[in-house]
Amino acid sequence: MASDAPLLGLYGLTKTFPGVKALDGVDFSLKAGEVHALLGENGAGKSTLIKVLTGVHSRDGGEIRLDGVPIHPRDAADAQRHGIGTVYQEVNLLPNLTVAENLSMGREPTRFGFTDRRAMRRHAAALLGAYGLGSVDPESTLGEHSVAVQQIVAIARAVDLSGKVLILDEPTASLDASEVRVLFDVVRSLKARGIGIIFVTHFLDQVFAIADRATVLRNGRLVGTRATADLDRLSLVEMMLGRELKDETLKRHRTQRAAAEPFATFEGYGRRAYVQPFDLAIRPGEVVGVAGLLGSGRTETAKLIFGVKEADSGRAIVDGKPVRIASPRTAAALGFGFCPEDRKTEGIVGDLSVRENIILALQARRGWLKPLSGPETRAIADKFVKLLDIRTTDAEKPIRLLSGGNQQKALLARWLATEPRFLILDEPTRGIDVGAHAEIIRLIERLCDDGLALLVVSSEIEEIVAYADRVVVMRDRTQTGVIEGDGVTVEGIVRAIAAEHAARHGEVAS
Amino acid sequence: MTLARPFRALPAATPQILTFALVLFANWLVFPDFFDLRLQDGRLFGSLIDVLNRGAPVAILAIGMTLVIATKGVDLSVGAVMAIAGAVAATLAADGHSLPVIVLAALAVGLACGLWNGILVAVLDIQPIIATLILMVTGRGIAQLVTEGQIVTFTHEGLIAVAGASLLGLPMPVVIAFALAGLAAALVRFTALGLLIEAIGINRTAATYAGVDSRSVLIAAYAVSGLGAAVAGLIAASDIRGADANNAGLWLELDAILAVVVGGTSLFGGRFSILLSLVGAFVIQAMNTGILLSGYPPEMNLIVKATVIVLILIVQSPAASRMKTFLRPPESRR
Repeated sequence: MASDAPLLGLYGLTKTFPGVKALDGVDFSLKAGEVHALLGENGAGKSTLIKVLTGVHSRDGGEIRLDGVPIHPRDAADAQRHGIGTVYQEVNLLPNLTVAENLSMGREPTRFGFTDRRAMRRHAAALLGAYGLGSVDPESTLGEHSVAVQQIVAIARAVDLSGKVLILDEPTASLDASEVRVLFDVVRSLKARGIGIIFVTHFLDQVFAIADRATVLRNGRLVGTRATADLDRLSLVEMMLGRELKDETLKRHRTQRAAAEPFATFEGYGRRAYVQPFDLAIRPGEVVGVAGLLGSGRTETAKLIFGVKEADSGRAIVDGKPVRIASPRTAAALGFGFCPEDRKTEGIVGDLSVRENIILALQARRGWLKPLSGPETRAIADKFVKLLDIRTTDAEKPIRLLSGGNQQKALLARWLATEPRFLILDEPTRGIDVGAHAEIIRLIERLCDDGLALLVVSSEIEEIVAYADRVVVMRDRTQTGVIEGDGVTVEGIVRAIAAEHAARHGEVAS
Repeated sequence: MTLARPFRALPAATPQILTFALVLFANWLVFPDFFDLRLQDGRLFGSLIDVLNRGAPVAILAIGMTLVIATKGVDLSVGAVMAIAGAVAATLAADGHSLPVIVLAALAVGLACGLWNGILVAVLDIQPIIATLILMVTGRGIAQLVTEGQIVTFTHEGLIAVAGASLLGLPMPVVIAFALAGLAAALVRFTALGLLIEAIGINRTAATYAGVDSRSVLIAAYAVSGLGAAVAGLIAASDIRGADANNAGLWLELDAILAVVVGGTSLFGGRFSILLSLVGAFVIQAMNTGILLSGYPPEMNLIVKATVIVLILIVQSPAASRMKTFLRPPESRR
């Protein structure tokens, strides 16, 4: 790597948001003519890194060098002037304008002060030809074309504007296999032209199909950068999901308990275009782990069970009675609780105090006509602040000012205050510092020993191993297997997830 | 803490109180008799009373508007609902119905309008600004249908008393405005409604996931707004002893929104204070009155009003709070 200086270098990049360190001293380098995959789960820091690079966020520390020169992109336009262009998953062009207009938007060729439509068309036709889209009429409306064509138009525009570094942020998420092939041909030709390409994706097959190197981020830290040629699927999944830890130290040693009657059973439970029908039994005092890569349907499973989306097939039985879970409200009334993955947008009510956040679910269940009195809410809040060791100066502080770990504890407190029987935790330790991390795992174990039923979605495999009795493995929005008993090991789960991908490899790779 | 909230809000209310005092002071400068009060026939007279009396309809609108804005919504239809309620009241009055019948009919119409808005927003998930724009536009048409295109006048003693009578020396509209504000403040603070409204306004997804019945709470907020508009419509009709479908409550929705914003409730939803919105409404009216008293042409009114609003908005803007952070000594920055 030292032989040829990188086109783009990030050194010790740091970015902190209130309550969470999104990037923690991350190094990253991109060579000219290289496709460099950027990998990581939600919240690993991929999008923050890109936003810092494109000037959407300002960095707190570290350095960005382009061609060896330090740069400070102020916004997306400024980044473009430096030569860094970005194409996002959702094409952000204007579908109601023509292809040519989209390609020259903001820098239309003019003639006598008017837009020179002919020059514009010529320019567009030349660009399209270079990208193998010679058959696309520059005067056609962009929205008429497939997402793949729109994606390539977006790439053409970005490269035309910037020309040194191209960032592709999950460009293939809404493409089918043949469209992905077309897109990859474009990427290869850009690579041949010496453009450095950062490729963000969560499809491992595509990493091996197109990327020269891969960098993995986890919880805002750099896990490592490897040449894809030296990497196999298993070690990549391991980098993304788990540290290589010894199972013995983590495995819970629990006395075999008599199989309790299930609290809730789901049979053929699913929703079209959301999660394939699955079977699941939830027993008191048991932790069911849900493992899978990003986009595998693990969060969707949790949300379907909690009634965020309503199931359109199968049935749910709670306490032996069939129930219809139409909304979070009905789920909460059944004794369910749910701590969502995206704490900030789906969990906390940021401007409300810690106290108000803690009592919210209980108050919602009581209804607005039966308010908890001031002293009651203070007593509940104080109890849980002490019980869960929520670190805050006082319970009246707006919850958004707390650290991620303490926000998560407050959300757990919100549900524990309702005395639930079944808790669904989606990535309960994401974006949380190491200390709080361990506390939350201990808390999960304690709750389970108290007879609560838990369903925990996590991308931290060794964590799942630490507390889960059973592990559901998800892939492509389908439950593909259940691992039980002695099979619940880091290796077993990683293999189960990677194996699915190996099986799928033939389908997509070009 | 539900109880303690109004008191905790006091230090935060300083800008509003200060603005109000400043505007009153300016009025006194241009019109030295501004604070003079006379007691005549058991009734107070004076410019200050005028401000309260003229400001009462907007103050009443601002009560419901506060709740709606706190849910991150807006109700553009209140002016039109005033016109409908006024038209219904005037028509019934002209037909000689009794006051309770008139009041109940107007309130029922206002409630129906509020429910309609609430259902569009909460059930059909239409953006509040569009959902309420529908009734803002059609409302005046409905009011004209009720009055059959005429300006309906009446000599109904009972209805005239709604704006004309006085209680404890204060004009009836002022009494109604304060009573309703007190009632609404008690409703939201002595029940959990206030907390649920704030939770929805700040983060509807999170509130819904916590089991809050967001739909019902949203509908309730728009219903209160509709009811308030009906009361304001009654007062407006009573005041002119008639119903003018085209002009009753015209543009008052904008004054009501301004009152709420001046009162410190953010258009992004969340924390709100009904009593401060009331202060906001009277700030606006005090400016109106002040300009009339000063002898400037009334056209100036709009410009002065706009200037003051812009200043208040600048002070409350995120950019200004960033500036404050920036000006603070570095060690206290977070």
